[in-house]
Order: sequence, then structure tokens, then C-alpha cells
Amino acid sequence: MHSTMRRQRLQDFIFHKVTMLFAASVLFVLLGIIISLLIGAIPAFKEFGPGFITTVEWDPVEEKFGALIAIVGTLVTSGIALLLAFPVSFGIALFLTEICPVWLRRPLGTAIELLAGIPSIIYGMWGLFVFSPMFAEYVQPALKHTLGELPVIGQLFAGPSMGIGMLCAGVILAVMIIPFISSVMRDVFEIVPAVLKESAYGLGCTRWEVVRKVVLPYTKNGVVGGVMLGLGRALGETMAVTFVIGNANELSRSLFAPGNSISSTLANEFAEAQSTLHVSSLYALALILFAITFIVLSGAKLMLAGMSRREGAK
Amino acid sequence: MNKIIQIQQLNFFYGKTQSLHDINLDIHEKRVTAFIGPSGCGKSTLLRTLNRMYDLYPGQRAEGAIHYRGRNILENGTDVNMLRAKVGMVFQKPTPFPMSVYDNIAFGVRLYEDLSKGEMDERVEWALKKAALWGEVKDKLNKSGLSLSGGQQQRLCIARGVAVKPDVLLLDEPTSALDPISTAKVEELISELKQDYTIAIVTHNMQQAARCSDYTAYMYLGKLVEFGETDQIFMNPARTETQDYITGRFG
Amino acid sequence: MNGPMNPVYRKRLFRHRAGIALSVAAMSVGLVFLFWILATLIVKGFGGLSWQLFTLSTPAPTSDGGGLANAIVGSLLMVGLSTMISTPIGILAGIYLAEYGERGRLAQVTRFVTDVMLSAPSIVIGLFVYALYVANVKHFSGYAGTIALALLAVPVVVRTTDNMLKLVPNSLLEAAYALGAPRWKVALMVRLRAVKAGVVTGVLLAVARIAGETAPLLFTALNNQFFSLNMNAPMANLPSVIYQFAMSPYDNWRALAWGGALLVTFSVLGLNILSRTVFSQKAPQ
Repeated sequence: MHSTMRRQRLQDFIFHKVTMLFAASVLFVLLGIIISLLIGAIPAFKEFGPGFITTVEWDPVEEKFGALIAIVGTLVTSGIALLLAFPVSFGIALFLTEICPVWLRRPLGTAIELLAGIPSIIYGMWGLFVFSPMFAEYVQPALKHTLGELPVIGQLFAGPSMGIGMLCAGVILAVMIIPFISSVMRDVFEIVPAVLKESAYGLGCTRWEVVRKVVLPYTKNGVVGGVMLGLGRALGETMAVTFVIGNANELSRSLFAPGNSISSTLANEFAEAQSTLHVSSLYALALILFAITFIVLSGAKLMLAGMSRREGAK
Repeated sequence: MNKIIQIQQLNFFYGKTQSLHDINLDIHEKRVTAFIGPSGCGKSTLLRTLNRMYDLYPGQRAEGAIHYRGRNILENGTDVNMLRAKVGMVFQKPTPFPMSVYDNIAFGVRLYEDLSKGEMDERVEWALKKAALWGEVKDKLNKSGLSLSGGQQQRLCIARGVAVKPDVLLLDEPTSALDPISTAKVEELISELKQDYTIAIVTHNMQQAARCSDYTAYMYLGKLVEFGETDQIFMNPARTETQDYITGRFG
Repeated sequence: MNGPMNPVYRKRLFRHRAGIALSVAAMSVGLVFLFWILATLIVKGFGGLSWQLFTLSTPAPTSDGGGLANAIVGSLLMVGLSTMISTPIGILAGIYLAEYGERGRLAQVTRFVTDVMLSAPSIVIGLFVYALYVANVKHFSGYAGTIALALLAVPVVVRTTDNMLKLVPNSLLEAAYALGAPRWKVALMVRLRAVKAGVVTGVLLAVARIAGETAPLLFTALNNQFFSLNMNAPMANLPSVIYQFAMSPYDNWRALAWGGALLVTFSVLGLNILSRTVFSQKAPQ
């Protein structure tokens, strides 16, 4: 009898340790990524110092590298994506939780989720061959004639309407992150206690007012978390951006101009990079991207954790 | 007649809240002991100390002693799994495992016995017959336990508990989720089972306690108010509180 | 209700109607893009579909015809092997989080990191595998690609398994413990079994996720023009072939790229829909 007890204790012990090992392996991978990127990036930082991050220069021939072009490309395209995706995602989440008839909710919700399932390279192909010609023909001239005429902002919309470029990449990124943001928003909108909404309706509020005055304040943290999640995704997107950003290693004031993001630089150059300094600079870019993404996604998690605490405190 | 379980000065805590106060009680072998009282009086809590089910939840702890066949099961060195194999439990909600009817029964047996296929078949049949379920499921042994009706699922859980041939069976409101016909069947079962097993049953149905049990304990707010032979408790209770509860003045 | 309306109320009503209209517009925008992309794939890709797509290998530059057989097989091999590796790792890690993770520090940190890795840039994962493995063995390989894909799949499986296991009601677990079952048996034979369908969904979603990934394969598996089953060498795969062929000047290459794009997209979307409908599992009673 005691041997059974001992055997079971041993089995439980092994089970605990084995599952713990596999769980911890995720942490090891994270650590491994950070370390390997650091090691790879050291030669570049040794050569260029911390100024690497602010240098506007990317010349593989002369072996002069600076991260700013790529960083700006990443941030600008992601920024445009967020600006465009936020209202659309919000509208979709609102529609699905408050306006849509119940029998349509599941199919329409699934349809939006499918947008998230389409592979990045498909977005790239569609963006390059179908969207950007249309963009160049209709949208860009329209923008030029309207916003392009304004004093300061006009510079953003200067230059030839080529279709591809930062703005186009931003728009396509926006479509890609819409399902992620709207999915989080839907989840948090549904957490709002019915009692709260009912008391607002009971006072004669319109549906729109209930959303603005009750749902939004209640779900503030969740909405911010969802937006940050979308940002985190947009920052790391590679294939879609690579197809349409134009792959030009230069900074320009105009959004119509081609540029480069960190991920598109990596995708284009890593396989062919020869010199140690070139390769190391690419590792440095990757490290910077990973750091930015990690911080943004951690922030998103913290915001959403705050939201689920509220759900528990309901 | 043996006192198979002796509870001495049992105090129980959920975190800082004390829910059982100085319980002293003996459970007699091969008899049915019923625990009655209003909701929240601690009867389920008491039952769950007898097989150390509360161990699963940090923050719940018991103080005092519970002697099962002479050994204090609240002590640290106790083999809790083995205890639970000997002191079985059936819950209020039917909880069939996500497996076939056959495997549901065999699961518990396989934990501690090494039976051949033939022996296991026999045991399964025996347990299902004991739970008065054999006739209804003998052609469906390979179907999922979840495909049975509510009453059948509960009898399956009873069969599962009986199959491991425990010493004691703890029943925690076993019929409160069942319809009257299934309830009657289960009550019949209880009077049959007591020939082989010691049974402790928690019930909020006083008539059930009066019908099925040999001993009854009346509890209120975590204290044992009165304990004695069922006939005496129901016909001639010693305490006024007991009388009030039984005659329905409250609770 | 008839007669002049209160001006304050009229303004509120207008805002309400405008808001509703904007929401409907937003929904339409989403749907328009979805159908636009799917329609593009069908129109441009359907012509590229044929038996040869599945039987012939990728054509050399300037040669005619050809198919995507080597790429399809390569992708199937890598995705399949990845799934075989990531599923047990993910499930066991998920079990740890659900069983022992209520208060442990390790569990909380692991959950956090898993969720972050879920959305991390896949090209960085590819770079990591390159630095760790490819640079050391000095050649690209299907195995390297498999590892990169597995690293992307594991967080998905961990997350779903953890979430599903947490749904199993305590009453079921108590019933198993009440028979004297040791913890590991309750975890595997009762708890995991109760949510089998949900866990399968998680695996399907992971497969859908990695089947379309290009970036992590760029520096690991690279690509291969010929048919090969050798995973220890550069391996053809659909996403990389699509990438290379889409931007090329050759007509047959571009047609194949669209055909491949159609194939990949509808497979991935099909898996998504499958996991949501056939395998959808409500919380176990």
C-alpha cells in the first residue's frame, strides 16, 4: 500500500516537472531570441554607436548604416494603419454587438475574422497588382487635389501618384489589423453588464448615446488594449509591406513616396547581405523591431488584464 | 456495532471564516447516517472533510481529528488518494466522465486493481446491477456516459462509486437534481447498499432522511445541534431547535 | 409623436442615426475588402489551376508550363512536421498553466510571454532560427523551416489548451479525485479528455496560422526549384514560390503564383471555418 502511494507521488512529481519544463521552454525561446539578436547586433553598435538609431543612411556599398529610415517607415506605416483601422474596427464592433440582428451575428463575425486568416503575402499580391493601380488612379489624385492643397499637410501628399509607397502600405496594413482590433473590442463590449446599459436606456438614451456614455467609458482599458494589439501586429508585418512599400532606402516628407520598414528591409536584404557590418546592422534592426513590438504588446496585455479584472469585479 | 468514523472536535475554515465549530460525531458501520439542516449549515462541508476533498483548495483547512478505523485521517502523512479509494463520494450533480459507460466504471477500478478483461467485465456488470442500471445500459456499454438521461447519469455515478468496493460511501444530496421517479429508485438503492457499505448522506429533504437513514444529525450554522437514532430525532427530538426545523417552523 | 419635435431631441436623434449609419458603413468596408480580395484570387488564380499544378514541379525561368508540386509537397512536409512537434509541446505547456498555474509566478510569466509571442513579428523568429541553427550548420534546410514554424505554432496551441482546460468544471475533477485518482491521471484522462474537441480546434488554428507564413521561411528553408523530399537541404514551399514568381516578368510564373495564392488562401480559410463549425465546443457541462 505504501509503495502505491510512493509510486503515485513519483508519477505526480514527474508530471509536474515535465509540464513545467515545456511551459518554461517558451521563456527560454524568448531569452534565446533576445540573446541571439543582441550578439548579432553588437558589431554594428560597436561601429556606429547609439547614433545608429538616429542616422539617416543606408548604403551597403559604402558600409554606412543607420536605422532611422527603416524605423520611420515602420512607425509611419503602422501609424497610418492605426489611424484608419481604429474607427472602422470600432464601427464593426459596435455593429456586431449592438445593431446587428442576432441571426446575422455569427456569419458576419466570422467573415471579419476571415480577414485575419488571409496570409500576409496574399495581401501583398493583391495590394501590388490590384489595389495600388486603383489607388494611383483614383485615390491619390483626389487626395492631392484636396488635402494636397493645404499649407502644411500638403507636403504629405506631394509627388507622383505611383500607387505603391508609404500611404498604400499603411492602408493595406489597416485592412489587415482591423479584425484583430475589432475582435478585442467586441469581447470587451460584451462584458458590459446589461444592467448598466438598461438603466441608461431606461432614462431614454438613444443607442448611440448608451454606447458613448456607458459602454465606452466602461471598456476604455480594453479599447486601448485592442488598439495596442493592432499596433503590435502592424509593426511586425512583413510580406504585405514588402510588396507595396517601394523598397527605397531614403526618407521623404511625402506619404506618396516609397520607403522601407524594418521588416521589409530584412526581407529584402538579409539573404544577400555579405559583409559582417551589413548583416550585423540587419540584426540590429531586428533587435529594435523586436524591442518595440515587445513593449507595445506587453502594454496591450496590461491594459486588457485591467479589463478582465473589472469583469471579475462585476 | 462498530464506530467506523469518529469525528472529534472538528473545526473547519474557509480562509478566515470558520464554518464548522467543535463537531463531535460517530458514524456507525453498515448504517445510514443522514445530515440535515438549512442551507449553509455546514453539512456538505462536513461530508467533504471525511474524504479530504477540501485538500484541492488552498485556503481551506480543518482542525481536530477524524479517526477512520482508528487512524486520524487529518494527519499529514495520510495517503489521501488511498483514503478516497476507500471512502467514496457521489455528488449532487451527475458527473459522468467523458468516456464510455464501461470506461466510466472501469476508471476507478483500474486505479488500484489489476483485473483481466473478463474480471473487469464482471465487475462492471456487478456495479451496474447494484445501481439498478444494468438493464437499461447493457447494450450501450460503449456509448458515452454523457448520452444517458439525468437520472441514469446519477445512477452511473453511484455504480462508479460502488465498483471500487469502498468501505464508506458519502452521498452529497444525490437526488436533489433528479426527477421523482429517479429519486425513488435511488432511495431504494440506498437501503439495499447499506447491507454492504457504511453510508453518510447529506440531504435537504427531511422525508428522505426519515425514510432512509438509521441515524440523523441536525446541524445549524456550523454546529451539531442534535444527533441520534432517526426515529428518536423525528418523533421525539431532545432540542427545541431540532423540533422547530423538523416541523417546518423555519429552514 | 406628431407635431414639431423638441430641437434638442432632434439633434440627439440625428447624432444617433449618424452613428448607426457610420457603423453600418464600417461593417460594409470590412466586408467589401474581404470579398474584393477573395474575388481577386478567384479571378486571377482560377486560370492557373489545373492538374499540372499538382503534378509538375516549378518551371525554370523561360521554360513553359510547370506546376507547384514540389512547393505543395514541401509545404505539407514542413507544416506537418511542425504540427507534430508543436502539438505535444503546446498541450503539455497548456496543461501546466491550467493545472498548476493559478498562483505560481512561473505560470503567470509564461502566460504573459506566450500571449506576446502570439503576435510577435514572424520574420524575427526566422532570423532567430537562422542565427541559432542555419548559421551553425552552414546550410538552409527544411528542418530549419520546420523549427521556425513550430515556434510560431506553439503559443497558439498553449493558449487554446489553457483556455479550454480552465473551462472544465470543478465538479467533474472532484468526481475523479473522489475515486482516489492521482493528479496526473485526473489532468490527462479526465480534464484533457473533456475538452478534446476544443484542443483539436487549437491545433487546426495553429496549422492555419503557419500554413501561409512566408517571412520565417525566407532565411531558413529558403526555396528549391526541384522536387525534393530531403528536409536537410533547402526546401520548396508554396509561400516562397509565390513570393518569387509573383514579382517576376514571366507569364507562366505569375499565373502559377496566383494559382498558388488561391490554393493557400482557400485552404487556410477552409481550416478556419472548419475549426469554428465542426469542432466548435461549448463549455463542458
